[in-house]
Amino acid sequence: MTGGISKRINRIQFALLSPEEIRKMSQVKVITADTYDDDGYPIERGLMDLHLGVIEPGLKCATCGGKVDECPGHFGHIELAMPVVHVGFIKEIKTFLDATCKSCGRIKLTDDEIASYRKKFDAMSLSSSDPEIIGLMSKKVTDEASQRMVCPHCGVQQVKVILDKPTTFREEGIKVTPKEIRERLERIPDDDLIFFGLNKEVARPEWMVLTVLLVPPINVRPSITLETGERSEDDLTHKLVDIIRISQRLRESRDNGSPQLIIEDLWDLLQFHVTTYFDNQTAGIPPARHRSGRALKTLVQRLKGKEGRFRSNLSGKRVNFSARTVISPEPFLSINEVGVPEKAARELTVPLTVNIFNLESVRNFVKNGPAPRDEFGKYLPGVNYIIRPDGRRIRVSAQNAEENSKRVEVGWVVERQLMEGDIVLFNRQPSLHRMSMMAHTVRILPGQTFRFNLAVCTPYNADFDGDEMNLHIVQKEEARAEARIIMKVQEQIMSPRFGGPIIGGIHDHITSLFLLTHENPLFTEEQMIHIMSYVNPEKTPVAVVKNGKRYYHGRDIFSAVLPDGLNLKFTSKLCASSKAKCEYESDPADKEVVIVNGKMIHGTIDETAIGPFSGIIIDKIFRKYGPAEAAKFIDRMTRLAVGFISQRGFSTGIKDYDIPENAVSRIKEISDEATVRINKLIETYREGMLQPAPGRSVEETLEIEILSVTGGARDESGKVASAYLGLTNPSVIMARSGARAKMLNISEVAGMVGQQSVRGGRLNRGYYGRTLPHFKVDDIGGKARGFVKSSYKSGLDPLEYFLHSIGGREGLVDTAVRTSRSGYMQRRLINAFEDLKVDETRSVQDTIGTVIQFKYGEDGVDPTRSERGETVDLDYLIFDAEQEVQ
Amino acid sequence: MGKFNVLQHDLVPEHHLVDAKEEQKILKELNVAKDLLPKISRNDPAVKALEEIHGPLENGRMIKIIRKSPTVGLSTYYRIVTGEVFK
Ligand SMILES: [Mg+2]
Ligand SMILES: [Zn+2]
Ligand SMILES: [Zn+2]
Repeated sequence: MTGGISKRINRIQFALLSPEEIRKMSQVKVITADTYDDDGYPIERGLMDLHLGVIEPGLKCATCGGKVDECPGHFGHIELAMPVVHVGFIKEIKTFLDATCKSCGRIKLTDDEIASYRKKFDAMSLSSSDPEIIGLMSKKVTDEASQRMVCPHCGVQQVKVILDKPTTFREEGIKVTPKEIRERLERIPDDDLIFFGLNKEVARPEWMVLTVLLVPPINVRPSITLETGERSEDDLTHKLVDIIRISQRLRESRDNGSPQLIIEDLWDLLQFHVTTYFDNQTAGIPPARHRSGRALKTLVQRLKGKEGRFRSNLSGKRVNFSARTVISPEPFLSINEVGVPEKAARELTVPLTVNIFNLESVRNFVKNGPAPRDEFGKYLPGVNYIIRPDGRRIRVSAQNAEENSKRVEVGWVVERQLMEGDIVLFNRQPSLHRMSMMAHTVRILPGQTFRFNLAVCTPYNADFDGDEMNLHIVQKEEARAEARIIMKVQEQIMSPRFGGPIIGGIHDHITSLFLLTHENPLFTEEQMIHIMSYVNPEKTPVAVVKNGKRYYHGRDIFSAVLPDGLNLKFTSKLCASSKAKCEYESDPADKEVVIVNGKMIHGTIDETAIGPFSGIIIDKIFRKYGPAEAAKFIDRMTRLAVGFISQRGFSTGIKDYDIPENAVSRIKEISDEATVRINKLIETYREGMLQPAPGRSVEETLEIEILSVTGGARDESGKVASAYLGLTNPSVIMARSGARAKMLNISEVAGMVGQQSVRGGRLNRGYYGRTLPHFKVDDIGGKARGFVKSSYKSGLDPLEYFLHSIGGREGLVDTAVRTSRSGYMQRRLINAFEDLKVDETRSVQDTIGTVIQFKYGEDGVDPTRSERGETVDLDYLIFDAEQEVQ
Repeated sequence: MGKFNVLQHDLVPEHHLVDAKEEQKILKELNVAKDLLPKISRNDPAVKALEEIHGPLENGRMIKIIRKSPTVGLSTYYRIVTGEVFK
């Protein structure tokens, strides 16, 4: 950056524009609603008058003589035929009308009151005091004045003014015209303005009723020429055209002495146009529309909301050196890498400042031109532009590359294309936590998509159903260093939210390692080699010899990716709920996963061991060996998992949910029993014999009872079904290992779908007294209120299907509502917290240095470095120490 | 109904008036200027309750607050009495 700050803002004053001020600012009085003549030349005194600025090349500004990029644009003005109120000041006008006398214009306070309040207001200066405090005081005073119904100064009886939104004022039902309002505001003496928080030096209340309208420069509302040669005007220009037209017609009607009714209609129309010119979303009036039916974007709409000037152009900006494309998985990349398509890599550049040390290598890059490849056709980084010390950019082409490479000297900047090993930032929206943007090293790959390791899906919350992600090329050495040291994926493995790993194996990784280690199966040497060929291990598994042939245990194969010296003992997810002996393991010792010196001895690897959030092995490796080793483990672990599951094969289908005939009939019995019990409950209730539960009404009690019957029936049928679906069933494997789905989902498929609910209660809305016309009014039985007896496998009948859709919709609505609401909450939190910092004393301060918290989190602990929020994991430390001693 | 003392409510943390002589010592310990400390409005019910005990408190007096904390058990916080209106 050159130049620095030339002018500093000393103060900001808020004032109202007076009609005289507007006329003084104005370069031209606009009187015609037309814009261009038939030759496409701006019409004089029209909305595109040359005095208002130029946007077309070749023309010169009639005010300053500047050409297109020199003239900043100039204001014009429209003299309105009749005054109209300014929507932005409606509240203030109402306060003025309420608190001042309709006859003499004084504030309706006694002289004594005025004297005492004036003293208070004089004690503060309008320009330096807290505007909020002035506002509160002014509100108190004006409220008091508004209460008075007889003027203390002239004794005139007052009439309540009612605001008929958005812009009409009425007194006893009779409209007060803007002209009358203006006259009343004019009568308010300067000295009384202070009580309204108005500075008499710069503002008069009657200026809130417009007689002159400022016309913004053309630069603010440029017209665009379509390919057809047709000119399309800006929304603001359209609105101004309307205003001038109506103003003219109003003036003519008034001068011709047209009937009062017509004049009033035109006046209202003028008010409408001026109101929508300011804000086209004013409550109470229909938005002004374009001929196509699209609502016009007027002044307020330009500023407000997500697409407004502030959030879209000032707080957020478009950036260079970035790319966006679809993402897809690549298990052979490290978690620290990102695959960038060649096409993107050729466009994205890193600036190299030439010095005596890199001169040779940089010249070599330039010599290669903009699209070099090696002898095998592999991508090599080229150069798109070179920048001379004076800032001139020179495009490098295959033709001029050789010559340009010789011109490059120390002090030049060369924009080199992306190459392997470059550090880049990778991001997926919504960026809800810091792991939403992490640093990766580049791998240039063929294809059109960004690719990354599946373990990194969790922090980005990404999947591959069409998700897109953004890539930013870091441009400065300091930034690259920071990205490498703190933003790299391996540095972000530990989540600051819960102090455990947020990166780990997912879906098939978990299934695969579960199958590899559960019951410790044996594999032939061939199988082992196939599996290990996916990994890049430091060790190879130990063989066991049987019948003269070498075999390998699943746990030993897994141990090949564990670092030496790792000692760990924990209960697997599979056995988490079992007490003494785990029902899923034949060896009681396998209840716990035991790893000694990097060798897995007992247990089954599942979600608890390697999953994101829970992954104990990842957690401990990270703490004992650091980020690099943890990343290495995740890389190898995921590749091993992919290797094994592609060797073994894994699939599930509807056949996996087959259960014997007797189980099906047992489930039918269960659902019938449930129906009987529901009917009995309803009968008891109808007889008035149902005992209400403490603190509940009889109706509530009935609902709770029925819900517990239906819930019980589903659980019961789930139990019956899963009795026939053991750990050999693929779906059960996925559910038990934590790879995907819950046992509940399996019992929905094989057993019974169960009760559908909305907001925690049975379905009850739809038709009068019933959910569907197929039921009798006031039928509160099972089926009528959404008890689905069928299973997904057997299929739902039409009524069940419909009721199930009602229940399913709740989930969809919830997510939609939740995301928008939590998004807004997040925005507010970020805005409140964005400039707080923790200093070296661990106290939290804002930018001024005001203390927010004396010690971060009250204990000064970085949750990332804590053991899931605790200081130490004693059990682990003891086990680790014991093993190391041996 | 007798007058209700907010400080006796279970969910209101302990508020103590810091002895004027101790203030300097605490500020030194915390290593911050007094005007950078968090504030408490003199209209705060807790301050009013303290005034019941200690008599009127001037602006600038230090209040020590002891709160239950999920991370450290009990945590201390300091606030300075101000006349500003908080909303
Ligand atoms: Mg998706
Ligand atoms: Zn100009
Ligand atoms: Zn009066």
